[in-house]
Amino acid sequence: MTQFLASGSGMDGIKHIINVLCEPHWFLILSCVALAVFMVGYRTFTKPPIAAALAGVSTLFFIASCLDPNFFSIVSKGDNVPIVMMMVTLAFVLWIAFRQAAINDERMEKGEPLLEAGADDKVLVWPDLVYIELICLVLLTAFLVVWAIFLRAPLEQPADPNVAPNPAKAPWYFLGLQEMLVYFDPWLAGVVLPGLIVVGLIAVPYLDKNPRGNGYYTFKQRPFAIGTFMFGFGILWIVLIIFGTFLRGPNWNFFGPYEFWDHNKPAALLNVEFHDLFWIQMLGRPLPTEDVAFIPAYIIREIAGIAVLGVYFIAGPIILRAVFFRKLYVQMGFIRFSVMAMLFLVMMLMPIKMALRWTLNLHYIVGITEWFLNV
Amino acid sequence: MFERLGNWIREGQIWGSVFRHGVPRDRRTRAMAVLSNVFLHLHPVAVRKSGIRLSFTWCMGGITFFLFLVEIVTGVLLMFYYRPTVEYAYFDIQGLRAHVTLGLLRELHRWGAHAMIISIWLHMLRVFLTGSYKPPREFNWAVGVILLVLTMLLSFTGYLLPWDQLAMWAITVGSNMARATPVVGYEGPGAACIQIGGVPLVHAGDDARFGLLAGTFVGPNALLRFYVLHCVFIPCVVTVLLAVHFWRIRKDGGISGPL
Repeated sequence: MTQFLASGSGMDGIKHIINVLCEPHWFLILSCVALAVFMVGYRTFTKPPIAAALAGVSTLFFIASCLDPNFFSIVSKGDNVPIVMMMVTLAFVLWIAFRQAAINDERMEKGEPLLEAGADDKVLVWPDLVYIELICLVLLTAFLVVWAIFLRAPLEQPADPNVAPNPAKAPWYFLGLQEMLVYFDPWLAGVVLPGLIVVGLIAVPYLDKNPRGNGYYTFKQRPFAIGTFMFGFGILWIVLIIFGTFLRGPNWNFFGPYEFWDHNKPAALLNVEFHDLFWIQMLGRPLPTEDVAFIPAYIIREIAGIAVLGVYFIAGPIILRAVFFRKLYVQMGFIRFSVMAMLFLVMMLMPIKMALRWTLNLHYIVGITEWFLNV
Repeated sequence: MFERLGNWIREGQIWGSVFRHGVPRDRRTRAMAVLSNVFLHLHPVAVRKSGIRLSFTWCMGGITFFLFLVEIVTGVLLMFYYRPTVEYAYFDIQGLRAHVTLGLLRELHRWGAHAMIISIWLHMLRVFLTGSYKPPREFNWAVGVILLVLTMLLSFTGYLLPWDQLAMWAITVGSNMARATPVVGYEGPGAACIQIGGVPLVHAGDDARFGLLAGTFVGPNALLRFYVLHCVFIPCVVTVLLAVHFWRIRKDGGISGPL
């Protein structure tokens, strides 16, 4: 074993395996599996010894990874340091939250009072809360000053509209959206979907009619709400930011965490349009190019894709209601359920489109390029 | 000796004119300390004991607010050294780094901004996981979501100001999205439908992106526009919404807890 680790080729082998596992499809599948396992076994995984062991292993893994020059160069880039900090903080607060949820859920099963119980148990703001705030303020100031002393804010060459950097990346908190550009056109990835994220977030309290779990940590009482939020925030936002920052290099090609950012890496395969699959491969006919009566040719060309999307958004809610959410539907009523199902299906469009790209190299489901209306 | 000096100060007219109550040592004066202070009265006099545990709130909302204050203070100081024009912007930032004593301002401002984005996301996560958006706090959750979007826009507009390659191209990538806005972006679906006699009304010179950048590329007009949005407009809106947000926390029953 030690010989294996000591030999350069063994280490390279491990790095190669990790590089491959970090390819978008593996990374996304693995993180979904990890999230699901964590959700199912949250009572076990949040036990302090197990959580500490997990934290220790991840820390060791991170430190060992930093010995790799390619990994270190991308992690230590000024604007990427906050992302590393965010991942650490996120893991820690998730532990805090789900640990308390586990304790609360166990107590409720036994009929014991919650961690947050004791509504009449009031303390004075001065001094109890004011002191907490003051200590937070002092510690945070110290932390910021130390951070500012040891890490300089990045300043590159003066702006030059004639020299485009490769890759040109948006600020890190928007990189999830930029990663979505791989799978969707800008009108969806950059405008409509972000808009729907905001609308969907605002709609949450009006859609969630579950009266339980108000004001305390629990998972058992609201698995769907928390599961969906964790999927949307943890996978579709944070994991995509990790893709965009750490794993996307020149030409927006994918690069493993230990891989050199080679500008000459061959680009991805050519993509296939859904209308080609439908007309040419399935029906064995050329693409329709002539209008029929008042229906333009491009509508006929895209008829299959439009039908697929129509079925997805019309049959989707009905199936969701019949199969998964019978009780929820009664609780929510028709309008709330329809809005929730639509938002949910739009959210799921992202992983579905990713899966289609990875398996079929699918470019557009509906590709009305004439109108810039591509899905 | 010090105690006598302290008592002499606290019993004098100046101290008494600022703080209308005695030293906060008993219940009444401690309540007065909160009630009679314009800043502290954002808080109620008494709060739930479980509500202020760090493990419950993670102090994330407070941290976000504190970072907002840090951004205002460092931001105002940075404005002394910075001119939002293409010829000066980059070299002002460079000069700030090279010549200004305690030139940590920009670092504090930038890292504070990143930290604020993270802390506001985590604040939202906490509020979600404790179900604190549920009635009667639905509206305050909506205000919070708007504040989250505005925080990201604040950071986005500020990202351009150093006027280096990183800044300019990040904003180029980001603002290119506006081109594809449905109907009002010239490469967006539906824009071609808006025309009179075959002449398109939405084109590169008047679409959503043009409105954002005041030009067809990230140039001097965009720099000025982003500077004003970053330093004046968005902070003002955020301040107003923050007041609403804090006010509603109190009006909706304080820090959430089991009903």
